[in-house]
Amino acid sequence: MRWLLGKDLLILRRSRLLVGVLVVYPIAIALLIGLAISRSPGKPKVAIVDETPPGQTIRVGSEHVQVSQYADQLFSQVQPVHVSSRARAIAEIKSGEVLAAVVIPRDIATRIASGVSQGSIEVLYNGNALEQSLVQSQLSSALAQANLGFSEQIQRAAAQAIGVLLTGGNLGVLGAPSNMIGLGQIPPELRGIIAREPPGSDRKELERINAFAEFAAQNLGLSKNVLSTIGQPIQVKSTLVQGRRTPLNTFAVVAAVSVSLMFVCVLLAAGGVALEREEHTLARLARGAVGNRSPTDRNPTHPALISREGLLAEKLLLAAGCAFVLALAMLAGIGAFVSLDWTRIGLWLIALAFGAAAFGALGIAIGALAREVRAASLLAFLLSLPLAFGALVPSGSVSRGLYDAIGAISFAFPFKAALQALDAAVNGASPGIGVSVAHLLGLTLVFGALARVGLRRLE
Amino acid sequence: MSSVLSVNGLAKRYGEREALRAVSFDVDPGELVAIVGPNGAGKTTLLSILAGVQHASAGTVTGPGAGRAAGWAPQQPAVYAKLSVAENLKLFARLEGVANPEAAVERMLEQTGLRERADERVERLSGGNRQRVNVALGLIADPKVLVLDEPTSALDPPQRERVWEFVGALARGGTAVLFSTHHLGEVSRHATRAIVLADGELLFEGPPAELIAANSAGEQDFESAFVAFLKARGH
Repeated sequence: MRWLLGKDLLILRRSRLLVGVLVVYPIAIALLIGLAISRSPGKPKVAIVDETPPGQTIRVGSEHVQVSQYADQLFSQVQPVHVSSRARAIAEIKSGEVLAAVVIPRDIATRIASGVSQGSIEVLYNGNALEQSLVQSQLSSALAQANLGFSEQIQRAAAQAIGVLLTGGNLGVLGAPSNMIGLGQIPPELRGIIAREPPGSDRKELERINAFAEFAAQNLGLSKNVLSTIGQPIQVKSTLVQGRRTPLNTFAVVAAVSVSLMFVCVLLAAGGVALEREEHTLARLARGAVGNRSPTDRNPTHPALISREGLLAEKLLLAAGCAFVLALAMLAGIGAFVSLDWTRIGLWLIALAFGAAAFGALGIAIGALAREVRAASLLAFLLSLPLAFGALVPSGSVSRGLYDAIGAISFAFPFKAALQALDAAVNGASPGIGVSVAHLLGLTLVFGALARVGLRRLE
Repeated sequence: MSSVLSVNGLAKRYGEREALRAVSFDVDPGELVAIVGPNGAGKTTLLSILAGVQHASAGTVTGPGAGRAAGWAPQQPAVYAKLSVAENLKLFARLEGVANPEAAVERMLEQTGLRERADERVERLSGGNRQRVNVALGLIADPKVLVLDEPTSALDPPQRERVWEFVGALARGGTAVLFSTHHLGEVSRHATRAIVLADGELLFEGPPAELIAANSAGEQDFESAFVAFLKARGH
């Protein structure tokens, strides 16, 4: 086997273009996937038409909330481009300078302050269906964030006014008495007066008023909490049921390395086996005394140069070895930029080794069945890309039936198991590395057997 | 003289189709045996079984030159295009477990006249030279029997002549050579014996001159005699 291994390495060394593609292509794909996963979507470029007069405020009790704060909230969620008019905003959208425009009308403060109608803003879109979907989704999120922030400002001002009503002081509203008594201060004052009042109908009347004042003060106090609840009715508390919380950037590293491992391994193994058939050397290597049907006539001094199993093992070893080295180098290289736990390197090696073996087995199965290098390479590409993307589809992003189908396909091929093994090795994510490694071992045996069936005929 | 190859009742079926039917013959050392027949006669199937590439459905192939012990050169050169001539020879010498691979390479370069091309990659060689490397790989372990499947099919006349000079020298040295060919002139010129197959059945076995004598109508060429022979038997 070592002579064949040496021969294959020599052929690889002489196929510089192939080696270059095998190294550069998966790294490029891996980087793209890594970037796509780890970077949050960019902020949409949105034109803002703020028609409100500068410094305009909404008055809530004694507090004034700047209308510009709403615009500020919105600006933080988008990439704002300030334009002077609605017409100008439409021109910017049509020219493609911005994806959308938000018009904040002049009367927004008046409408909010009226207490009987909501303030409204206008949103203008353009673009194809995909762009519209993207912009609508991003802008809806941005507007929701801005609305939430702005309502918190108003809620805080309202809570402050309620506080003055409860504890007393100056409300600052036109017509309101200065240094007025707070609703919460009335019951103790009244209790003093009632104590001095002789029993009779006046005292009873005062006791009734006191009971109401106490009840009103308590409930006005509660209204602050009610305001808070209205501002943010549901608070989100996150609990991870399964899987260790993996930072997105280290998961991106794992995904990128897994993709590289898969591409190099599958393509090399598939190409290696198919090349032996294409160059007609498979029959020369693996032919044996097969024409002789009588067991007594077999010539044991002339076994095949290499058994079919040996040949497949050699191709698997070559592909897995090369992919292992490349993936480890990638992991180490990326480790210079992303914080990885190097004390777990033993687990990395195990995950990479079993992943490479399973991908190698898939590759030799493809090579044995495809019979020629071009068909094997094409099949390897056609299989690898959807497998990688399928394994990265999160639950809930597609229908249940489709997700289950993707899950079944992912289970039958090594990418997801390799990804999970490497995620467990690098990040300590669940399922544990043992489960994934056992899965990979099973797949190695299955695809190895399939490859052996594909190599039943030598020509 | 004891046979180096003994074929007895060899049959091969692909599903319902019978590619070979009870073929039997012996081959002695130094013989040059031509396997001829129309397309689909079973020539390649027979040679593949003799070389141990395919299983027979029935029958036996025995002798010191049977199966993997035979040197084999398939119709399409089975060589590594990215390796040089010498590297191909050395690799197979090592895989064959030849005691002195370097000496075996030198011997084959000498015999095939490829010494000047030894360091040239096979992908850059002409078809004729590739075929010579192909045959050389079959001979690297010094087999008693050499099986050649249409060794001259892709070659021009001068290249064919060089191959036959080489193969003739091998036979004179005691190596039994079985070859298939569509160039029927080569049979009468080079073969000591011809085996005619049609529809998987062995129809004739003997010296080419015998077939010519029995089937020619005045002409003395093997091709005319061969066609007349097949026609007389309904092929």
